[in-house]
Amino acid sequence: MKPLLTANHLSIQFGGLKAVSDVSFEVWPNEVFSLIGPNGAGKTTIFNMISGHYRPSDGFVTFEGEKISHLPPYEIARLGIARTFQNIELFEHATVLQNLLVGRHCHRHTNWLQDLLFTPATRRAELQFRRTVEEVIEFLELQHYRDSMVAGLPYGVRKVVELGRALAMRPKLLLLDEPSSGLNVEETEDMGFWIEDIKNDLGVTVIMVEHDMGLVSRVSDRVLALNQGEELALGSAAEVQSHPAVVEAYLGGADV
Amino acid sequence: MRFLFKTDYQRDIRLFKHGGQMFWYSALALALIAAPWLLSSYWVSQFIFIWIYAIVSVGLMLLVGFTGQVSIGHAAFLAMGAYTEGYLYSLGWPFALSLTFAALIAGITGIIVGLPALRVKGMYLAIATLAFGFIVEEGVTRADGITGGNSGMMVGSLQVFGLPIDSEQRMYYLCLFILALVVLGVMNLLRSPTGRAFVAIRDSEISAQSMGINLAYYKTTAFALSAAITGIAGALYAHKLRFLSPEQFTFLQSIELLIILVVGGIGSIYGAIFGAAFWIVVQQLIVIAKDWLPPAIGQQTGLQPTIFGLILIAFILFEPMGLYGRWLKIRTYFQLFPFYRKGMFRRQKSYMKSERLK
Amino acid sequence: MLQFLQLVASGIAQGCIYGLIALGFVLIYKATEAVSFAQGDLMMLGGFIGLATTVVMGMPFWIAFIATLIVMLLVGMLLERAVLRPLLGHPSFTVVMVTIGIGFLSRGLVTMIPFWGTETHVLPVPYRDEIVRVGGKDGLIMSMEHIVVIAVTALLMAALYLLFKHTKIGIAMKATSQNQLAAFYMGIPVRRINMLVWGIAAAVAACAGLLLAPITFVHANMGFVGLKAFPAAVIGGFGSIPGALVGGLIIGVVEMLSGFYLPEGFKDIAAYVVVLIMLAVKPTGLFGENLSKRV
Repeated sequence: MKPLLTANHLSIQFGGLKAVSDVSFEVWPNEVFSLIGPNGAGKTTIFNMISGHYRPSDGFVTFEGEKISHLPPYEIARLGIARTFQNIELFEHATVLQNLLVGRHCHRHTNWLQDLLFTPATRRAELQFRRTVEEVIEFLELQHYRDSMVAGLPYGVRKVVELGRALAMRPKLLLLDEPSSGLNVEETEDMGFWIEDIKNDLGVTVIMVEHDMGLVSRVSDRVLALNQGEELALGSAAEVQSHPAVVEAYLGGADV
Repeated sequence: MRFLFKTDYQRDIRLFKHGGQMFWYSALALALIAAPWLLSSYWVSQFIFIWIYAIVSVGLMLLVGFTGQVSIGHAAFLAMGAYTEGYLYSLGWPFALSLTFAALIAGITGIIVGLPALRVKGMYLAIATLAFGFIVEEGVTRADGITGGNSGMMVGSLQVFGLPIDSEQRMYYLCLFILALVVLGVMNLLRSPTGRAFVAIRDSEISAQSMGINLAYYKTTAFALSAAITGIAGALYAHKLRFLSPEQFTFLQSIELLIILVVGGIGSIYGAIFGAAFWIVVQQLIVIAKDWLPPAIGQQTGLQPTIFGLILIAFILFEPMGLYGRWLKIRTYFQLFPFYRKGMFRRQKSYMKSERLK
Repeated sequence: MLQFLQLVASGIAQGCIYGLIALGFVLIYKATEAVSFAQGDLMMLGGFIGLATTVVMGMPFWIAFIATLIVMLLVGMLLERAVLRPLLGHPSFTVVMVTIGIGFLSRGLVTMIPFWGTETHVLPVPYRDEIVRVGGKDGLIMSMEHIVVIAVTALLMAALYLLFKHTKIGIAMKATSQNQLAAFYMGIPVRRINMLVWGIAAAVAACAGLLLAPITFVHANMGFVGLKAFPAAVIGGFGSIPGALVGGLIIGVVEMLSGFYLPEGFKDIAAYVVVLIMLAVKPTGLFGENLSKRV
């Protein structure tokens, strides 16, 4: 079995600051892989390099064996990589349904002219999208909010909508950026169940950036700890959390 | 208060949401079709202007209201459409063909004007469109071999498939018909992936990209379609006025188009049409009012800009959702009577965060 | 060669005017991130007030100059209080449209002033028609009007630069432009600062109007010159004060040169062609900032 995604000696530099230096890892199909580390460790930056929003200064990313680091974000999305954002980037002046429908965009095969004339092909595609999106709505229990404008929704719901939009893409790989940030205990538990369901029922591979160690321990298969752009430790959740370097990074060294 | 129970996905994508909507729109359609027989020729002529401006507004709304791209040089597309139509028609081309070409040329101009949009946003894009507006205006003036330059261009009287459009009534129906087609087309776009991509670009370019939307392609498409629609209006404009000159397509004209959008209500097709209607009606009211007011005020050339300025400022301060917004509020009031709450449409007042970092 | 230098000199003077108007936009943009399309018309108002103070009230010129600046400062502050403050938090497009409305209103009201509004007027300045020869008897001829423009612009630029770099008010203005809420928390009187910024911008516009008046005369459509200041601000980089002036100078000089060396009509669009080239080559302008969103 080959890894789904590999990062090879990824580095990126912003001016004089080396945000990520020489990070390599592999993600296997159907696993939940977590990135942890204190703030500024470079976790979201790695996500941005995978999804194509940043270009690495050194190193490259492969997906299903092909190099993708040079591709623009929209092409990477079409390959089957979806992501959520730390600071929610939803389409505020559209309904939840419309947000989720945008998630189906990669799978469209009608052009603007067919859309303008609303040909039977477009109509059929629309109905198909609607069906698929409805499955996502049912999975995430968003029925209540289907036709509400995103702008007025509570924070917890918006995080779920963001997840739903990414799922609507029916991706092979899902990048979750701090899925539990801002959520209360129950919402975090629900998020944990959904991540498990995404892995087991939907067969989607998940890479997660997370601070909530409880959630990380619960759902992750493997964990990579980072600090200041460098790798610290890789292993199961328990192994990484008790690794001395990781403990030092989070809690500071012991003063003798 | 009507509750919609949708039983299949078809109902979700239908243009008319329920029977009541169909009824009222049919009634409206009948009224509009009957209008030329009931109104004086002068008012039919004004309605023609409303239809033409409505087409332009819908085109501009597609770009500004739905895709979030700024354009303060839109009169350039109107000019391209009008002059292309005038020129080709004078060469003897049939209307159907010259209209298509007018849309095409305007659309291509739109693609060129839209090129800066691929690299810059916001204010910078606005200035780029402004720059293009001036350049096109100057270009039209200089190309006097084709356009007649400053002395203007006469446009022949219209014939569609052999039928001469020689009365106001016939022109009214033609323009209304084309408006209906344009509105239908844009509404189709909005309920399909292309339209959703536009809205996605407006609200968050970064996540639109992550959803697989090619920004360059869709921004260019938005500019091209918006320009083409405006070009079609330009062609009709040429035949209505029968005379074109560069002064009709200046920066002020572009600004007026934006004012129409703001007054009508940004973000909806209704807004575009309401805005156009309001604009033409206000100008007529000013003309009528001039006879009533004392000469000291009435005869001033400054009256029009003053009133326009006041209307614009008043709408932005007191009714930022525009005429359509006001209509929505009134309708909701009656629908929810007596449960309408005053704060229902109130904006969430937020503090300004730097949009440069958007 | 002399012809060339002559054109450049006139271009620099004209460019200073564009630069001053652009300066007004940039000030407002730096502080409130709003773009004001009213600067040109405020310039026109400044010209008319200058007219009122000199011709109607008979004040000596430099006193009238100061008086006009003060009046326009108040006008700017009043505008901010009445029209722009209620729009706090609205998207920037709305603010732009409001300033366009203000422009229309100013033009309309001025045109409605009985007898005066529709005429073109001459502003009596003490240095009318004087010329200065640079470089000896056969050297460059520069009109005094142009020299005054350049000198006043330089002084103003220096003053504003110092304001932003070294005074508390300047730093407060920069803070409010980036994050109003945080500025409030830091104890910055955001609303008063905004009012002041609009006032200063209006005064700068008035200054431009008074300097321009001897060259183009005072009339209600004077403000359209202001449109060319936008390309100036973009070329210099929106958000940069020295950039606004540099942009203005570039446009002024290019305009003068193209008016002479290129066929007819190029002079009018020179500014716009230059800005399109700049957007293609360096979209953020010469001194502009390169900002992007962190996700």
